Amino acid sequence: MTELHVLPGDLLPPVDPPRRHLLSVGDLTRDDVDRLLATAGSFARSQQRDNKKLPTLRGRLVLNLFFESSTRTSSSFELAAKRLSADTLSVKAAGSSVEKGESLKDTALTLSAYDPDVIVIRHPQIGAPQLVAAVTDAHVVNAGDGKHQHPTQALLDLYAIREGVGRLEGLHVAVVGDVLHSRVARSLVQALRLVGARVTLVGPPPLVPRELGDVSHDIGAIADADVVYVLRMQRERMLEGANYVPSLREYTARWGVTPERLRPGQRVMHAGPMNRGVEIDPRVADSDAALVVDQVRAGLVVRMAVLYDLLTTGPVLVETAVEVA
Amino acid sequence: MSILVGKCGAENIVIRGARVVDPTEGIDAVLDVRIDGGVVAAIGTVDTNEHRVIEAEGLVLAPAFVDPHVHLRTPGREDEETIATGTAAAAAGGYCAILAMPNTDPVVDSTDVLRGLRARALEEAEVPVGFTAAITLGQDGAQLTEMGELADAGAAAFTDDGRPVATAGLMRRALEYNAITGRPLALHCEEPSLTRGGHMHMGVVSAELGLGGWPSLGESLGVARELALAGDTGQPVHLMHLSARESVEHLRHARATGVRASAEATPHHLCLTDEAVRSLDANLKMNPPLRTEGDRATLLEALRDGTIAAIATDHAPHAREEKDVPFEEAPFGVTGLETAFASLYTHLVQPGLLTLETLLERMSAGPARIFGLDRPRVAVGAPANLVLLNLDGTWRVREERFRSRSTNSWLLGKRLHGKVTTTIAAGRVAYEA
Repeated sequence: MTELHVLPGDLLPPVDPPRRHLLSVGDLTRDDVDRLLATAGSFARSQQRDNKKLPTLRGRLVLNLFFESSTRTSSSFELAAKRLSADTLSVKAAGSSVEKGESLKDTALTLSAYDPDVIVIRHPQIGAPQLVAAVTDAHVVNAGDGKHQHPTQALLDLYAIREGVGRLEGLHVAVVGDVLHSRVARSLVQALRLVGARVTLVGPPPLVPRELGDVSHDIGAIADADVVYVLRMQRERMLEGANYVPSLREYTARWGVTPERLRPGQRVMHAGPMNRGVEIDPRVADSDAALVVDQVRAGLVVRMAVLYDLLTTGPVLVETAVEVA
Repeated sequence: MSILVGKCGAENIVIRGARVVDPTEGIDAVLDVRIDGGVVAAIGTVDTNEHRVIEAEGLVLAPAFVDPHVHLRTPGREDEETIATGTAAAAAGGYCAILAMPNTDPVVDSTDVLRGLRARALEEAEVPVGFTAAITLGQDGAQLTEMGELADAGAAAFTDDGRPVATAGLMRRALEYNAITGRPLALHCEEPSLTRGGHMHMGVVSAELGLGGWPSLGESLGVARELALAGDTGQPVHLMHLSARESVEHLRHARATGVRASAEATPHHLCLTDEAVRSLDANLKMNPPLRTEGDRATLLEALRDGTIAAIATDHAPHAREEKDVPFEEAPFGVTGLETAFASLYTHLVQPGLLTLETLLERMSAGPARIFGLDRPRVAVGAPANLVLLNLDGTWRVREERFRSRSTNSWLLGKRLHGKVTTTIAAGRVAYEA
């Protein structure tokens, strides 16, 4: 007869799994990325129908908290939530109690009274999403915190690359420009490594931290890449008088991405907003090589996938989830 | 004039059966200690003389600790710390003497402010406090304070802590002039043009997180300047809260060539590295910042061999609302008085990286010697400045248990080994668990 052993742990009630957030690409595994991209693909198919709305998140509340200006990210999170039938509430720093000196903690606690399921936050300071995650009960999605992370941007970039080039593994991506001040670059480099792509950082020495990977200060290095990812010169994040580059004129002359510096077949990406004529030549931005609009389109379905993934548990049966409302 | 002011006592106590450890006196044995009128009267097997008896079997009795670097935030930020709460925290941490930094509001740069603080400490301070005064008026780096008058009024040392003296020229003048006071000059070494916009150590972790870097060179260049000036003027300097390997290398080299220089390190720099900052917890933000494992190992080696002869907490209380913000917005500084011994015992002594004797020496005799204070000791005729430690005791660091008015500790929620059970400071029981 088999003896029955009861260990003390067996008598404890099951522990709730930790509340899931998307604060950094570092929170994701390769499996997570594959699952999210697959889910996004299913949602993309749903977006080709006349009725683009899905009932999946009906009755859920997605709170968008934007403390920094945004066109693409805020609009796509809002639309993503609406396409999944969630209620949305968008609060911007301008015109809110933030202008009266309310702290981030108090703003988060105040809006938590509405029991949001997800809080999407963009903030100029690193660590703001971690603070919101610590003081509220919602799933928190980092929509950009200072120079730190912008994980949904990295996911949508992977999606756009896979759609535009056909693969991720073994791909060579050159990331060009102001890496130092770029949360887009930090997230993307991590995400590309996760899926087995190779990255070269290209730009002026003070703006390309050696600690982040392979570095070249010669724009000629982009010739070897399958994808050229152009970063915005983030003048608003630069310390006054820091002299990262002597002048924008010199930057553009040496590191601007022009048609002459590209070779046929290369794809060009930019997270926007673009400084045309500074980091990217308008002829490149408007060319067929550019995936800029594809990135925006990918943003909607990838953010739908992220919201869906955070609010549903267990293996995702995407095809059954995609029902016309 | 006494440098230290605070409550004192004349208690009659017998501490029975403790393991007495005083590395400087060469004692490590189970002994009874009798205190008559606040002074150690007998060591060995002693009569109780109807004294109060503290049964201390299984505990360690050691010279109480001396912290040369504490921010009491008074005057100006009494919501963060007062003389009463800061010294109560010190007592709970096993300290019998602390030195308060002058970067208050107003700055301690005049004898009026200094005398006011000393008068209050006499009534409020649970353990004696020495007040340091600024090197420059308002710590603005332009005009020297009246160092002679301040020393006569009881200034424990001079420091512009929180920032460096702006120029090498003025620093040189301060060193020359300070020869008349004989009080130590305690220096915050930093080259601001390299640390501007910095929130953490500049390295792999800062690059990955995108946080502005505060490079090692930002400290070591300042250290090199102060050591060169000390050598040039022949005056001694004390280097505060060293964090970088390069700083220690400069210090070793200077000492080998005859420069009179001492240094301190904090528990957080000895226990943590910049990897901890990945959590973006604002209680891991300090100036100077947490550095790499290599820096930590160098500090530890310097602490072992005495190049760094003092452990200083740099206890820096901050209001809750100032630290409950995103990492970049948070001010620098963490508390440390109540956790210093336990954190170092847990992180360094238990894993075998540092002996208990060295830890006790660097927390007591080391800093006392540097600052010209009476060395706390277990010796007949010495004032009772003693701490009882339960090395087997474990405890969890909890907000509500702090005596300090602030709770910005890097150890919140952590379990530590080693408990202070009793602190006797200036002949008076200042703390009992």
